[in-house]
Amino acid sequence: MDMYLTLLQLLDSTVRLATPLLLACLAGLYSERAGIFDIGLEGKMLAAAFFSAAIAAITGNVWVGLMAGIGASLVLSAIHGIASITFRGNQLISGVAINFLAAGLTVLIAQAWFKQGGRTPSLIGNGRFEPITLPFAEALQGVPILGPLYYELISGHSILVYVAFAAVPFTWWLLFRTRFGLRLRAVGENPAAVDTAGVSVVGLRFAAVGICGILCGIAGAYLSTALQAGFVKDMSAGRGFIALAALIFAKWRPWHALYATLLFGLFGALETRPDIIEQLIGMKVQGQLLAALPYVMTVIILAGFVGKAIPPRAGGEPYVKER
Amino acid sequence: MDVMPKWAEVILVPLISLLLAAILSALVILAIGEDPMAAVKLMVTGALGSTYGWGYTLYYATNFMFTGLAVSIAFHARLFNIGGEGQAALGGLGVALACLYIPWPHWSLALIGAAVAAGLFGAAWAAIPAYLQAKRGSHIVITTIMFNFIAASLLNYVLVNVLRPQGSMDPATARFPEAVHLPTLHEMLAPFGIAFSKSAPANVSLLVAIAACVFLWFLIWRTRLGYEIRSFGHSESAAKYAGIAPVKIIMITMMISGALAGMMAINNVMGEAERLVLNSVEGAGFIGIAVALMGRSHPLGVFIAAILFGFLYQGGAELALWTTIPRELIVVIQALVILFTGALDNMVRMPLERVFLALRKRKEV
Repeated sequence: MDMYLTLLQLLDSTVRLATPLLLACLAGLYSERAGIFDIGLEGKMLAAAFFSAAIAAITGNVWVGLMAGIGASLVLSAIHGIASITFRGNQLISGVAINFLAAGLTVLIAQAWFKQGGRTPSLIGNGRFEPITLPFAEALQGVPILGPLYYELISGHSILVYVAFAAVPFTWWLLFRTRFGLRLRAVGENPAAVDTAGVSVVGLRFAAVGICGILCGIAGAYLSTALQAGFVKDMSAGRGFIALAALIFAKWRPWHALYATLLFGLFGALETRPDIIEQLIGMKVQGQLLAALPYVMTVIILAGFVGKAIPPRAGGEPYVKER
Repeated sequence: MDVMPKWAEVILVPLISLLLAAILSALVILAIGEDPMAAVKLMVTGALGSTYGWGYTLYYATNFMFTGLAVSIAFHARLFNIGGEGQAALGGLGVALACLYIPWPHWSLALIGAAVAAGLFGAAWAAIPAYLQAKRGSHIVITTIMFNFIAASLLNYVLVNVLRPQGSMDPATARFPEAVHLPTLHEMLAPFGIAFSKSAPANVSLLVAIAACVFLWFLIWRTRLGYEIRSFGHSESAAKYAGIAPVKIIMITMMISGALAGMMAINNVMGEAERLVLNSVEGAGFIGIAVALMGRSHPLGVFIAAILFGFLYQGGAELALWTTIPRELIVVIQALVILFTGALDNMVRMPLERVFLALRKRKEV
């Protein structure tokens, strides 16, 4: 029973750590499916994390904070869109620039506003997303096996976690069951065909980049207002790149994105609990190995040793109507 | 026929991009309630007003020359090597192993040995993504990003578990022996009667970096390999048709690129810290991207851009010391430079092309 509880706690923190990865991964999925590479996920998350925490700290209302975070992320998305769609610039270079812009500006503004060495004040009360206890969670806690599962694992997360998980079926439905989704995927494979059909390539790509901005905004807000209580410098800590890795790992598919981010979330959870691995497999695993594992696995997938990851065909190519 | 004359292409476009980046940076400084003119003045006196300032400016510039050249050569083959950070970290490991385990009789031999080790380690770290790109078609940008993180974990492991001296809590190697100490500019200039600041870290690797600039210019524009790299970058299919093997070009270009990034370690690890510490690269690998973009991938341009970024780095440190503006201002400026000279290049170029086209038409009438 004790072992079971430990396992549940481990899975619980897996879910917690997987949530920002999942949101960012889905964000990248929309963008890359529409043919816009986005290595600026990290920067957008970071900007959103700062503005959510800052505005939540000032207003005392986390929902206003969330909106501010999404807004900040959307501004960076717009820059990426203008650079890579309107001016047909290099999407990768634009992404790099956005990451640096966010890394620098967040600290600069944090210092100017709060004067606490590049962090926001700690969020309290309504300034944070509190865990939600689902109905009957406490009443059913006594039921063997399922009771604790419901109480520990499924109940007791912040609203954004449920939003992230709901975004998976929604994304699948939007991309694979609607006209918009068909067009969005087509614009990432063969924009000329979409253009011939009389649908705006530029409009679709901006829509995809916009959705990407919204999801990155939620991911960033989750980091600073739910996972932690406030913004600290560089708090996204490479999660945008792990999400990018998960996206490749999932081969640009929504349900697989969920599995990939849960797996990478589990690595993260295990990194903080080395004692559990030692119990399970009877030997010590270095934390650094676990930290590197998502990247190593992605390289192996990319190398095509375990099934081939084929990106959307028009990815990274600016669309030129007339040559 | 080009729309713009060459001087506009080489000088005007980068200059306007830079100006836009500067104006926006000034606005950022204004927005956080500081005076941009005072900030610039402080940066100039701090970075260029004394030999101490120059010593730091040139020390940073040396780092950026290596990483800028690394990104540049890859750009010539239309490869985006974003992995300079990881390659430089591995280069640091190569330098540390060479300095700690080989009893060098003199610093000059140690410098050659350490540079070779750094280059080999950096090249090896770049070779895997290069191979995957050439043979497996995996995107080099993604794999080099992944390799940056893998390098960080690897170095963390090696420093904590393997190279850390017994009894030390600090995740760093032992100090390198006295014999591998590289002469600093102070020591080099003293015999000529020039008094250079004693505490500035600029050292003999600056000369190696300048030599690397010259070497790269020669390689790209005066050798057969350079010609092959450039033609591969212009058109892969045409290069293939001309009998240039893509796999060979990708592998060689990326390994030269990785070796250059790795060789940065002779400056920061061997010349300055004299031991390998955690996160020794400090983002210089990424600044290489900005430097290469600003220098238009030309070694002379890289040289100038590296000094400019060295100035920004040292100036930024002075700003952080004397005002409330944090060091991160430099990261913002760097981002704006990358944005305007790289991603928004067409935004500057398109209106300029229109102007030149109009001018030419008027001449013809």
